[in-house]
Amino acid sequence: MRRPSTIKVILFPLLTFAALTLLWTLVWQAGIFHQSALPSPAAVGRAFVEEIRSGRLATDLTASLFRVTLGFFLSVALGMPVGLWMGRSLRARLALLPAINFFRNLSPLAWIPFAILWFGVGDSPSVFLILMAGFFPVTVATMAATAGIPEVYFRVAEAHGIRGVERLFQVTLPAIMPEVITMLRVTAGLCWMVVVAAEMIAGRDGLGFAVIDSRNGLRTDLLVAEMIVIGAIGVLIDRVLMRLTRIPSVRWAYER
Amino acid sequence: MSDKQFVLRNVSHSFGAVKVLDGLTLEIARGEFVAIVGPSGCGKTTLLNLLSGHVEPTSGSIERNGRPRMVYQEDSLFPWWTVDENISLGLRKLAQNGKREGRIRELLRLIRLEGFGNHYPHQLSGGMRQRVELARALAGEVDTLLMDEPFSALDYLERLRMRQELARILEERSHTVALVTHDIEEAAQMADRVVVLSDRPAQIRRELRIHARRPRSVTDPEVVRAAGIILMELGIEGDARELASPLK
Repeated sequence: MRRPSTIKVILFPLLTFAALTLLWTLVWQAGIFHQSALPSPAAVGRAFVEEIRSGRLATDLTASLFRVTLGFFLSVALGMPVGLWMGRSLRARLALLPAINFFRNLSPLAWIPFAILWFGVGDSPSVFLILMAGFFPVTVATMAATAGIPEVYFRVAEAHGIRGVERLFQVTLPAIMPEVITMLRVTAGLCWMVVVAAEMIAGRDGLGFAVIDSRNGLRTDLLVAEMIVIGAIGVLIDRVLMRLTRIPSVRWAYER
Repeated sequence: MSDKQFVLRNVSHSFGAVKVLDGLTLEIARGEFVAIVGPSGCGKTTLLNLLSGHVEPTSGSIERNGRPRMVYQEDSLFPWWTVDENISLGLRKLAQNGKREGRIRELLRLIRLEGFGNHYPHQLSGGMRQRVELARALAGEVDTLLMDEPFSALDYLERLRMRQELARILEERSHTVALVTHDIEEAAQMADRVVVLSDRPAQIRRELRIHARRPRSVTDPEVVRAAGIILMELGIEGDARELASPLK
């Protein structure tokens, strides 16, 4: 596929967002929803300024980003070793996969009551819920990637005396790296969704709490401003992780 | 040390109840190029694994001298490593880094890929990757190449070029070679001796010596004649050609 020009890359999405804002303005002006149920774009703009000036946006954003970062790294740090083990050991796979599939298909939000009972409010319940959301998919994706490594790589490694820890870092991990990057992107998105939901119920700050707080105060203008921030941060996290695909030693997965 | 790189005496091998090799006796001399052909699934790869020491025979004995290394198809290079890094895998036992650099340059020249050291395998053609694979095997203290259908993933012209490359490289650096192949023409063009195996359980159906000097052209009369004999031994062509009847 030919690379589109930079102007188009910037202009086309801007047109879409402009069209969406126009539609929003039209719906607002037509008065389809009650005034208190839909804010105008201008009101949301003012709400942004208010949130930034009061410093609340920065506080909430920091709280949410801290929780999602911690929960995400915990999910990866715990899920990847288990996934690697399951990918190489049939016994481990047989024993653990059914349980992991069970928890993977159990919505992490179902844990919210226990999260509050066990951890109260604050950072801990949110981090626990993110871990519940992230750990199982990380494990399964790492397992599938590891099990799919062509056997010939291990035979070559063996023939040249690469074993043990060295094999893990020189062969196994580089071989699954492209799939790991995809997995990181999917998991980060999942964690970001869960942190907002967790904070809505078990938070005293954070963007999720801000959403609930705005609703309680009937401030739909603040609500929309927060929704825009939540979506934008989600996109930003993904863009940052997507940069990992530019590492030279993973290009093979995308270029052949 | 013996001038025999491999001596197999009455070697048989079974996987469970399935007997794969049946009483093979074979010697491979130092510097000799032996091609092993036979019907699919007859145990050619098992024979190669026996030579490498990867597998031990169910019965019979194998004497192995020298240091063998397997050459796989082009897709066994590590795609996350550059050409240089892949080749230096073969040089792991060489302690000094400075010396290693020099050896890599030398091997790149040998396979005619100077300037490609920083490329990744996926940026090269199939034939170029196969040459890197060969360089990795040639690196280090190795005197025997065990090749398992190394060129079968390449297209026909690329395969002809790789045969020339291999013959040229072997002229520069003599190695003992055991080549397992489906490609009868390849066996006849490359080898000093072609071992034709029968269906499973494989026995040696015929050993065919080809005297013409290496490297040879694919149209060399000796090559064509040898290919004809192998085809007949495998039962693919009858003795319609006027060749010395090999079945007697």
